[in-house]
Amino acid sequence: MADAPDLLSGGEPEGTTHIHERQELVGRDVRTEEMVFNMGPQHPATHGVLRVAVKTDGEYVRALQPHVGNIHRCVEKIGESVPYYQWVPYLDRMDYLAAMCNEHVGCMAIEQLGEIEVPERAEYIRIIVVELQRILSHLMAIGVYGLDLGAFTPFLHQFRERERGMDLLDHLSGGRLLYHYIRIGGVKRDVSRDWLDELEAFLADVEKRMPEYNTLLLHNHVFQERTFHVGIIDRDTAVRWGVTGPALRAAGVDWDCRRDAPYSIYDRFDFEVPHGVSDIGGEVGDCYQRHWIRVREVEESLKIIRQALAGLPEGPVMGRVPKGFKPKPGEVYVRGENPRGELACYMVSVGKSDKAWRARCRGPSFSNIACITEVSEGLLIGDLVSLIGSLDIVLGEVDR
Amino acid sequence: MQQWLDQLIANNEWLQGVPAGFIYTIAIVVVCKVILVYASLLAGEVVWLERRVAGRMQARIGPNRVGPQGLLQFLADGVKLLAKEDIIPASADRKIFLAAPVIVFVGAFAGFVVIPFGHGLVAADMNVGLFVILSLTSIEVVGIIMAGWASNSKWAVLGAMREVAQMISYEMPLAISALVVVVLAGTLNLSDIADQQQGWIWNWYVFRGPFAFAAFFIFFTAALASLKRAPFDLPEAESELVAGFHTEYTGFRFAVFFLAEYTAMILFAMLTAVLFLGGWSPGFDVDLTGPWARWIGVLILFGKTVLLLFVMIWVRWTLPRFRIDRVMYLCYKVLLPLSIVCVVGMAVQVLVAMTVLGGEDSWFGSWLMGARP
Repeated sequence: MADAPDLLSGGEPEGTTHIHERQELVGRDVRTEEMVFNMGPQHPATHGVLRVAVKTDGEYVRALQPHVGNIHRCVEKIGESVPYYQWVPYLDRMDYLAAMCNEHVGCMAIEQLGEIEVPERAEYIRIIVVELQRILSHLMAIGVYGLDLGAFTPFLHQFRERERGMDLLDHLSGGRLLYHYIRIGGVKRDVSRDWLDELEAFLADVEKRMPEYNTLLLHNHVFQERTFHVGIIDRDTAVRWGVTGPALRAAGVDWDCRRDAPYSIYDRFDFEVPHGVSDIGGEVGDCYQRHWIRVREVEESLKIIRQALAGLPEGPVMGRVPKGFKPKPGEVYVRGENPRGELACYMVSVGKSDKAWRARCRGPSFSNIACITEVSEGLLIGDLVSLIGSLDIVLGEVDR
Repeated sequence: MQQWLDQLIANNEWLQGVPAGFIYTIAIVVVCKVILVYASLLAGEVVWLERRVAGRMQARIGPNRVGPQGLLQFLADGVKLLAKEDIIPASADRKIFLAAPVIVFVGAFAGFVVIPFGHGLVAADMNVGLFVILSLTSIEVVGIIMAGWASNSKWAVLGAMREVAQMISYEMPLAISALVVVVLAGTLNLSDIADQQQGWIWNWYVFRGPFAFAAFFIFFTAALASLKRAPFDLPEAESELVAGFHTEYTGFRFAVFFLAEYTAMILFAMLTAVLFLGGWSPGFDVDLTGPWARWIGVLILFGKTVLLLFVMIWVRWTLPRFRIDRVMYLCYKVLLPLSIVCVVGMAVQVLVAMTVLGGEDSWFGSWLMGARP
């Protein structure tokens, strides 16, 4: 309003301003500003070195931009400069919470490129360790999500289980986090009867304790208040941004690579693919549903491992891999369902070389984290933490 | 305390030559020092208790190395914090930054002067004791806001902002549910409130009718919010605001915040025990007013305090954090109306007890109106 009296001159007598003019005055006098926060790279809730620049209006998020690349380690470039077999352990280090799954996809790609047969027993062992890894990764995701929301206890309880699972993988491979167990052509070592017994005991314990954890988080009223209708990634958004894994299924898309584009020997197993539905509480695509999907997937993985244990054949665990492995010219694109979503390997061989001409990975965390720019507007800061936590990203894979 | 001192002067001839004001000053300093040390040591041990209980709940052990069962852990922590570099951010508002921990500390510790630890064992037997405690604990909030603002850090400002929002939400149900006790007891003097609850367990104020019972839970919930304890730890929400208002504080200044937080916990647990759980009453009729028996009362009140502290710790390590809007919703739309209903209901209860049931003449009447039947 042009003729609004100037507060500083004080010349206008009292009572001459209209109510809307006064509002204008207040608006001019008491200014509010948007504030830009740098959430991360050192922040407890960004799960690593993610930096999110958040523009906030008080507690409300107005816009944000994730900045990635802080732990870029040239995994793809290394893939083009070392022999194939040397690249596999680098894959471990991408998604360090699901190292087995990474190895699996990477080895499958190289095997397909070099037309290497994998023995039956090795395939079964691969499924067992990969699904075990999925359980461990989801346990971690479930627990850490509680931590993001301020509940410390479920996190440590799940660590107790995860510890046992890591011990199992340790016995098998010698590593607790990064294994290099799945090799080109099979797996490094055969499993023993003792190990299988221990695994079965572990599975029984996880099955017994999951309801316990669910009372702490999934069925907890405060937890539900924090996650219902928060950070909704709907079907359309999820597909547009290339979101995969639990986040995609929570959005209501019934898609799982293991069932719909079977690789390895997943077509032999009978398991369900949970996807977001409105009758479990919350809303399709919200944080609660993503958490629920992970809980359900743990149960499904238990099923798969049990079936694999029942069908485990005898035989060798390593196929014939030619010395000085040099695949024929060609290209492959292999994808697999990681705990966090679809991991794909694209490899090109020009022949007569033991190195790939091009090695490219498509990681799920990268696409998943990208979509927060769109869905986070209007959230509270607490909700933003809830959203990022529910996407369960691993920065090692985002940056690669 | 003045009566006791006067008696002391009257009984000892050599004291009569000394000016009375001097003796009072010395006595005040000594008593305050004793209470300060008591509260600080207790706060240190509560930190230990919290860590041990949390460890137990999380399938791990917790501190058990320093001293028997790790009881001296807080000393080791204190030494560690003292050895840290004391950083004041270059862009901080120096004066306010330095003053903030002091104010928080004072707010948390000063409340102990009006807490009756046993019969007659109170440093300042004020007629407005409850009022004083509620005011002093509000001073703590000022310190927190100062800390958040002076740090010149965005996270700290956000933490302070949340603290303000939270304070204006919980203060009302907290004060109003305390008012329920005031209506019932007819006094703000904490010693009188505790005295009236002596005797059998049904004399405790929490059991005197449904309104007092509800008020107990409202008071305890609002106290959790005022203590910034999970699930209401929004001002320092670790996973959201890094460390909230004390993000920029290090070393001993941080330790002061930390200590003040645990001291405030003890203060509120004691206050709850005095207001609702009979103070030093063991739950059966026994005279704890004698010069030595009252020290047994101190132990009983201590036991109740530890029990309430355990509940606070238990809640903290079980529940996720509320969101800021849910905290305000809970305080304004649930606790506030409930506490108002409790006050009005309690007023009606006391009125009925005084008029219809014959007041202090009948056992039931005096029980309902908050006197010692």
